[in-house]
Amino acid sequence: MKVIAFISGKGGTGKTSVVASFARLAAPVVAADCDVDAANLSLLLGGCVVREEGFVAGQVARIRPDACTACGACVERCRFHAIRPLGAHFEVDPLACEGCRVCQQGCPFDAVEMVDNAAGHVHVLRTSVGPMVSAALEPAQSNSGKLVTRVRTLARELAIEHGSEVLLLDGPPGIGCPVHATLADTDLAVVVTEPTPSGQHDLERTLELLRRFGRPAMVILNKADLSQAMAQRIRGVTAAYGASLIGELPFVATVPAGLAQRLAPLDDSTLRPLLETQWDRIMEHRCRQEGALA
Amino acid sequence: MRVVIASGKGGTGKTMVATNLAWLLAKIGLRTTYVDADVEAPNGHLFLHPVAVTSRRFSSPLPVLVGPLCSGCGACQRFCAFNAIVAAGDKVLVFPELCHGCGGCVEVCPESALHERPRESGTLLRGRAGRIGYQAGHLDVGEPRSAPLIEALLEQAPREGVVVVDAPPGTSCGAVAALRGADQVVLVTEPTPFGLHDLRLAVEMCRKLGCSPSVIVNRCDLGNDQVLTYLHAEAIAVLAEIPFDRQVSAAYARGELAATGHKPLREAMRAVVSKILVHDVDVDRAQPPGDLHRVKGVCP
Repeated sequence: MKVIAFISGKGGTGKTSVVASFARLAAPVVAADCDVDAANLSLLLGGCVVREEGFVAGQVARIRPDACTACGACVERCRFHAIRPLGAHFEVDPLACEGCRVCQQGCPFDAVEMVDNAAGHVHVLRTSVGPMVSAALEPAQSNSGKLVTRVRTLARELAIEHGSEVLLLDGPPGIGCPVHATLADTDLAVVVTEPTPSGQHDLERTLELLRRFGRPAMVILNKADLSQAMAQRIRGVTAAYGASLIGELPFVATVPAGLAQRLAPLDDSTLRPLLETQWDRIMEHRCRQEGALA
Repeated sequence: MRVVIASGKGGTGKTMVATNLAWLLAKIGLRTTYVDADVEAPNGHLFLHPVAVTSRRFSSPLPVLVGPLCSGCGACQRFCAFNAIVAAGDKVLVFPELCHGCGGCVEVCPESALHERPRESGTLLRGRAGRIGYQAGHLDVGEPRSAPLIEALLEQAPREGVVVVDAPPGTSCGAVAALRGADQVVLVTEPTPFGLHDLRLAVEMCRKLGCSPSVIVNRCDLGNDQVLTYLHAEAIAVLAEIPFDRQVSAAYARGELAATGHKPLREAMRAVVSKILVHDVDVDRAQPPGDLHRVKGVCP
């Protein structure tokens, strides 16, 4: 089985629309939405939830008001500015608390207790293309990297169980911890970019990250016709990093409106043949890799 | 006054709004600073073209074993809530990418064998783009944690004038760090099901943090009216609706501030400025700088 992650650095370049299109071309397939802050893949793939599990993101501290003397030992120690005065004692801001337990360690009155932090849910869905794993992180929660790891692990188990040849991961934007968690166990990364200075800058940072992670990288240039000059620079950056540009997609103004009807770029007659060729290139890469291993 | 430009979904136009807004605020004579807090994917400099940029490295504390004092008791490993430290014999192994820098291991070590040393993870930048002050954080490629750098960046942000913060997308650590201390939050969205889904989460995040956001609907003609219906039902103010325009996209692609040469966008930004400053401004007749007290009086 091959695990293929779709990332971008910059948000809004079209990762989710492209993944939904490829999922339909690859069906039956297992897919996972690793953008747990803003999970949108299920909006395009539809389906119904067949399983749900809670996600506990470690623990957070809680101060028992009856035991707290407001001595301030915890406030002094907390490096996350998570403890604030409340009347005659102190309270913990659960959104700022990282659960390090330093306050508990330093409290002379044993007034700090640690409680599980229920931070979201993981869902397994049955969709028209196959099983899919998605997650919902509670807004303003931390630890999204850990939730991504749970999503990816569950999706891998499902892919093995269903004998799926590929596992498609719709990644988060950025280059930080949720992206690292997405890439941890992938064979190939496909970077979806756009011909803007932001697209280029974030593509460079993403390709640099992939180089450090030792992951082969492919690039899809979306909305390629919005700027010929920038498109040329994107091609240059891709080549400079030794990544392969597997295709370009033009900007089609009806695509955003189509999303409301669950129409993916694949449903557009201009984009469909291009996406089919790009998917073939991704699969060829997979075959070559397996050939090299054999 | 600190105005934070945020969004749940990426790519809705935060940077376009934040840079053009900063330009307009400076143009009408307000002391303005643009702060790029999207440290994983910082792009403001590509449109503001700041000059005289100075940088300093950002570091956070990381425990290291000093001297031969370690007894291998494993207290540090047992204490660490992040699995960032492993005791093996008389050595400890620290995983910097997992360490949150809480200092707990140093405190619990009975031999006082652990010390903290600064470890670099990003760069803080300052410069000027015409009348606009420019500040930014750039996270080093390969570093996982953006929130400490964002906190440091906002700590050095000016307390006077208008500070426009370009936040990272999403609704977790980085976005929360950028929203702390905001006087006003403006969420940029698009009228697609993705935009609406992520807007709801972003609104919830704002409310948990105790702020009431207002919204800019970007590319308002490329989608449906569900976003507006939602905003109306939630009684959330719409500051501007910006239609998709190839001219704006083209200016963006050239690394230009579209509002400088594009009247409809400038008008949309003018509407935003007058609503967040709670008074009207005449954008096309630039006023002399130094009119700060006027804004201060109306800050929430």
